[in-house]
Amino acid sequence: MIAPEKRRVEPKKAFEALKALKDEGYNVLVDMTAVDYSAWPEAGSADPYDKTYRMTGETKELRAPRPIPAEARFDVVYQVMKIDLQTGEDKGRVELHAAVGEEPVLRSAMSLWPIADWLEREVWDMFGVKFTDRPDIKRLLLYEEFQGHPLRKDYPINKRQPLIGPASGEPAGNPSFNHSEPTVKYD
Amino acid sequence: MTNTAPEISKESAKPAADGRRHQTYLLNMGPAHPAMHGIIRLVLEIEGEKIVNTETEIGYLHRAFEKHAEVEPWNNVVPWTDRLNYVSPLINNVGYAMAVEKLCGIEVPERGQYIRVIASEISRITDHLTCVGASAMELGAFTVFLYLIKSREYLYQLIDQLTGARITTAYTRVGGVKGDLPPDFKDKCLAVFKKIREDIRDSDRLLTKNRIFVDRMEGTGIISKEDALAYSITGPFLRSTGVPYDVRKAHPYLIYDRLNFEVPVGTTGDNFDRYLVRLAEIEQSMRIIEQCFEQIPEGKHSLEPSEMENAFEFQDQGKHGDTALLYKYRAKVDQTLEGMGRSSDGTARAHDRGHVMPPKEETYGNIEGLMDHFQMVMWSWGVKVPAGEGYFAVEGGNGELGFHIVSSGDCKAYRVRCRPPCLYIMAALPKLLNGGWVADIIPTFGSVNMIGGELDR
Repeated sequence: MIAPEKRRVEPKKAFEALKALKDEGYNVLVDMTAVDYSAWPEAGSADPYDKTYRMTGETKELRAPRPIPAEARFDVVYQVMKIDLQTGEDKGRVELHAAVGEEPVLRSAMSLWPIADWLEREVWDMFGVKFTDRPDIKRLLLYEEFQGHPLRKDYPINKRQPLIGPASGEPAGNPSFNHSEPTVKYD
Repeated sequence: MTNTAPEISKESAKPAADGRRHQTYLLNMGPAHPAMHGIIRLVLEIEGEKIVNTETEIGYLHRAFEKHAEVEPWNNVVPWTDRLNYVSPLINNVGYAMAVEKLCGIEVPERGQYIRVIASEISRITDHLTCVGASAMELGAFTVFLYLIKSREYLYQLIDQLTGARITTAYTRVGGVKGDLPPDFKDKCLAVFKKIREDIRDSDRLLTKNRIFVDRMEGTGIISKEDALAYSITGPFLRSTGVPYDVRKAHPYLIYDRLNFEVPVGTTGDNFDRYLVRLAEIEQSMRIIEQCFEQIPEGKHSLEPSEMENAFEFQDQGKHGDTALLYKYRAKVDQTLEGMGRSSDGTARAHDRGHVMPPKEETYGNIEGLMDHFQMVMWSWGVKVPAGEGYFAVEGGNGELGFHIVSSGDCKAYRVRCRPPCLYIMAALPKLLNGGWVADIIPTFGSVNMIGGELDR
């Protein structure tokens, strides 16, 4: 089973860490993505979805602590792998985590792996995390006129965009039939 | 999407060696082009018939899969994974369910694992048949297309019997699969394989030594091992360059380590090699399924009518407290719920009250089962996955299909990232096309096997 070794680095040293990994023989950038931790539940708080809590008001399960420091919002995850060109074996994977804010601090990995171009464009498109040392950055999946970055937690799922939907910008009807709140509340 | 044309590259604007100034033109191919397998736009800078520069624009089929996965309960994301790679939906179902199970720490019973392998490999065959058939058709071999799509149709009918749908399968659940194999599935499968082998042999005879086909496939769309790895390309595309990387061998998941199969590789990494690799993989997938049928532990999937009772009779008896006799019978349920009964509990699905739907007999027959059922389906109750982060990958039709999942301990995902294998190949498209001829776009793009749903999510 795939079990990448997790490492956390300072965002300013992420490029050096990636370069060191590449020199070590990690020749493939398997994946690169980001997670927005701004809506992570407060550590130690009761889980509102906990069945025992709902029935009795008491809880045994407490929320897990936030995986990244409080001042950072996003966690950018790089995953690299070492492939043997002859046997096709995977000789190990490393997952490199760098916690960043909105300001561009991560250096682009385009010079190490050309695929980082598109992956960085996707992270910018979806999360608005910028990278330094790259000439320009363009959205990958969405269009230029799109406003905001949809995978941020504060982007509502039913938000309309100027080019799609009414000009008034009123939110779309509930896009998800399972998202309606129950009429009976336990409080 | 963007209205600005790419800048004409500086090299082509310079006078050539013979002193003549070569004029380049911009040609727009797509978004809706008959030779493109999906909606995608290529902006080509051409000099005569030669491609100087390419720019790829994707995103026309973006449906916010990852955003939607954050607002739905864990099991409700499964139907959306069908829409990622819609040519091999079962592999996506398996990949997503296994990523969630990895976080939950659930292991699926052996029979369920075999069923998942059988389902994935059937899907892999449909994926390769579509890819080879469609690229052959675009090069004029319409007969081959009909042969292969006919074969795919047999498989779709098998999938229909297995899951209840041809394409929108939604077959896996956290902790197992929806239902057990239908009766006589093995015999039907083996009969279909016989027909597929004939069709593959016919197509092989029509194509592999066909001058027209070979001339257009051989030596076009070449990529080297190093370039393929620099673009993180996996799957048949990487194997055509000679690197035998296959997730099923490198990280055997499910029961792949018990199966005997080969990983076909190419030598040059051109379109012809990719065609050969895919054709060889179809045969290997059929071998895998045949071995699975020999090894799969027995499960009771067909019942005598005398053993069955209608579900409403279960309910009535349960209400009256006549529960003693209920254990003798199995519930006869609606067609969409077939195979979800007691016989497949613990064999095709893990027996786990916290994560898996109870068997229908329990739901209809006693109050505990009914409560378990509603705790699974009620808003904000459902399956809860412990807080954590994990990556799991399966070998998809196009390569490593990964799911990076973050859970905050809720009944829904905090973040689901899908690593779509064909995105990486599309990023390398300029590398494959630049310097070639416009006519080479068709075979090269065909062998990339771009699937819009997976690429744009």
